[in-house]
Amino acid sequence: MSTYQVPTMAEMAANSQTPEVLFWVGCAGSFDERYKAVTQAFVKILNKVGVSFAVLGPEEACTGDPARRAGNEFLFQMQAVANIQVMNAYEVKKVVTACPHCFNTIKNEYPALGGNYEVIHHSEFLQQLINEGKVTLQGGGEFKGKKITFHDSCYLGRANGVYEAPREVIKALDVELVEMKRCRTKGLCCGAGGAQMFKEPEAGKKDINIERTEEALATGAQAIAVGCPFCLTMMTDGIKNKNKEAEVQVYDLAEMVAKDMGI
Amino acid sequence: MSILPQVVFVLILGIAGFFLSKRIQFLRRNILLGKAETRNDQPENRWKAMLLVALGQQKMFKRLVPAFLHLLIYVGFLVINLEVLEFVLDGLLGTHRLFAPFLGGLYTVAINVFEFLAVAVLVSCVAFLVRRNVMKVERFTKPELKGWAALDANLILVIEIILMFAILTMNATDQILASRGDAHYLVLGPLFFSGFLQPLFEGFSSGALVAVERVAWWFHIAGILAFAVYVTYSKHLHIFLAFPNTWYSNLKPKGEMATMPEVTQEVNMMLGIPVDTPSESPAEIGRFGAKDINDLSWVNVLNAYSCTECGRCSSECPANLTGKKLSPRKIMMDVRDRAEEVGKSLDAGGPGLADGKSLLGDYITKEEINACTSCNACVEACPINIDPLSIILQMRRYVAMEESGTPAQWNAMFQNMETSFSPWKFSPSDRFNWSDKLKEEEMK
Repeated sequence: MSTYQVPTMAEMAANSQTPEVLFWVGCAGSFDERYKAVTQAFVKILNKVGVSFAVLGPEEACTGDPARRAGNEFLFQMQAVANIQVMNAYEVKKVVTACPHCFNTIKNEYPALGGNYEVIHHSEFLQQLINEGKVTLQGGGEFKGKKITFHDSCYLGRANGVYEAPREVIKALDVELVEMKRCRTKGLCCGAGGAQMFKEPEAGKKDINIERTEEALATGAQAIAVGCPFCLTMMTDGIKNKNKEAEVQVYDLAEMVAKDMGI
Repeated sequence: MSILPQVVFVLILGIAGFFLSKRIQFLRRNILLGKAETRNDQPENRWKAMLLVALGQQKMFKRLVPAFLHLLIYVGFLVINLEVLEFVLDGLLGTHRLFAPFLGGLYTVAINVFEFLAVAVLVSCVAFLVRRNVMKVERFTKPELKGWAALDANLILVIEIILMFAILTMNATDQILASRGDAHYLVLGPLFFSGFLQPLFEGFSSGALVAVERVAWWFHIAGILAFAVYVTYSKHLHIFLAFPNTWYSNLKPKGEMATMPEVTQEVNMMLGIPVDTPSESPAEIGRFGAKDINDLSWVNVLNAYSCTECGRCSSECPANLTGKKLSPRKIMMDVRDRAEEVGKSLDAGGPGLADGKSLLGDYITKEEINACTSCNACVEACPINIDPLSIILQMRRYVAMEESGTPAQWNAMFQNMETSFSPWKFSPSDRFNWSDKLKEEEMK
């Protein structure tokens, strides 16, 4: 038996190889204790399916999204131009990422700075693998028949119009998908976008993630599926705040697929 | 026959036209206080957006009850304006019901349709007054809607109700006079809705009826002209500006923020990337980001003048919903109020933009713009594609790049990104550590 492979672009280039797709891990995917499990789950799926991929590893840097949303265009462009130089040097053509913020930035904002790639979110990538029959879900795993609700990420949904791919992935798990009152184009933000992840909220009567968690709990779902590292953190915190962590879990789509595949 | 009424009519028309054109020039100048921006790409998609979103009311129908009531008023407005054409020609030529002889029986049908729409508008306006003042629908009770904004909304509804009553009264008295054989009045077929009003006037002498009919006629046409002028001072301007506003919609993905090219050259130099040195000295770089309306794009200011303060944006804003000060509707109202203030000052020979005030600071606070999650719910919710987020993000740029007034936690995040290329303080050399265990794990 072999171990999981996580090739870097540098290693591949040294062997004169070019992967089909660059997996953009992102900062949360690299450093966040909880969210690293999502990165690992996605890499396991890529290994299992035999996708030709590589990561940038230590050569990756923040896309600059939070700096840009907080108003620091200079810092954003410093990050972006440096990343584009690295990616263009490796002649990257296609990028997949699990983070909707990285996805949005690389897809929509890097072209103006000279970075032109085909960028897809991992929900779309997973849906393609399922549709092509490359991932066959057992549907009998721990999610079978469970009620699951999907929380739309703003940067995947409204920002880029991806609403159905994550839902198709969830449905393939043979679960009961229940929608929150505010979903799709009307989905309520988790509260972390626009660089809010990196500061305390302004004074108000409630935290946004609590409002959203209450809505998710109202569906009676046993798990909340997300497709964004910030949403994962915010919803997990919300569930803890409501003392529901024993009853309701928060998962990323890739974790759910990997669990179902038994990896 | 005296030509005095015709003279008076021409005079009224001229006065209304004069004030309208003055006001239109004022609005146009104010909108163009914003920075130049070219948005003429993809004309076919722009026409499509205008047809679907403005003419077709597509996004209104995300909320069915107000959408239906609004549709009745909208169709009423469009169709009854055909009748106004006859009013204007009658007024100019001294005729009465000019179109009737040409259309025959169809004329009665048309007037019945107009009357149906007049009643539909009337009922809808009453329903809207009830929603605002009795049911107190939450989005109509927010702080930014106190004072003039609330009065403006109620005035519009009341004026429309009175105008519709004028049409019905006019038709009712007109037909009683016709049935009494007054040669000036034409007998039409039965008019369903104004027929209900006829009993009110049956006892009037013919002289009194003529007076009521004429007052109603003059009131209606003069009222419409006065209303047209009033609209330019009001949030009701959306009835015209919704069309250009949707044509100039942002057609890019909502998540995309515009690049600041003036920053790119400096970034490239810092990163040691060769840059083309322009042969001529570059145009003077203005402010980074937006502090006042002249830093915004003219499309942002057009957005502000197009806003009808319905508040769908704020009712879906996660910050506003959870009690933060941010309200996307207030952002739009503030931009318009500031544009009005600057415009008036300029017209009075005053300092205009240099009056010591600014949009950010005197109208909009940092606390408001800092609370935004950039989730695009406001943009999605707007029935006419207004983009409050664009304004918020431009002001954040001003605060960060010109004032260095960003919240301390964001400054810490900037520092982390500068030193370790991540918003969190982790060593860049640890970035790939997540793979260590995985590389040793046997593949199942």
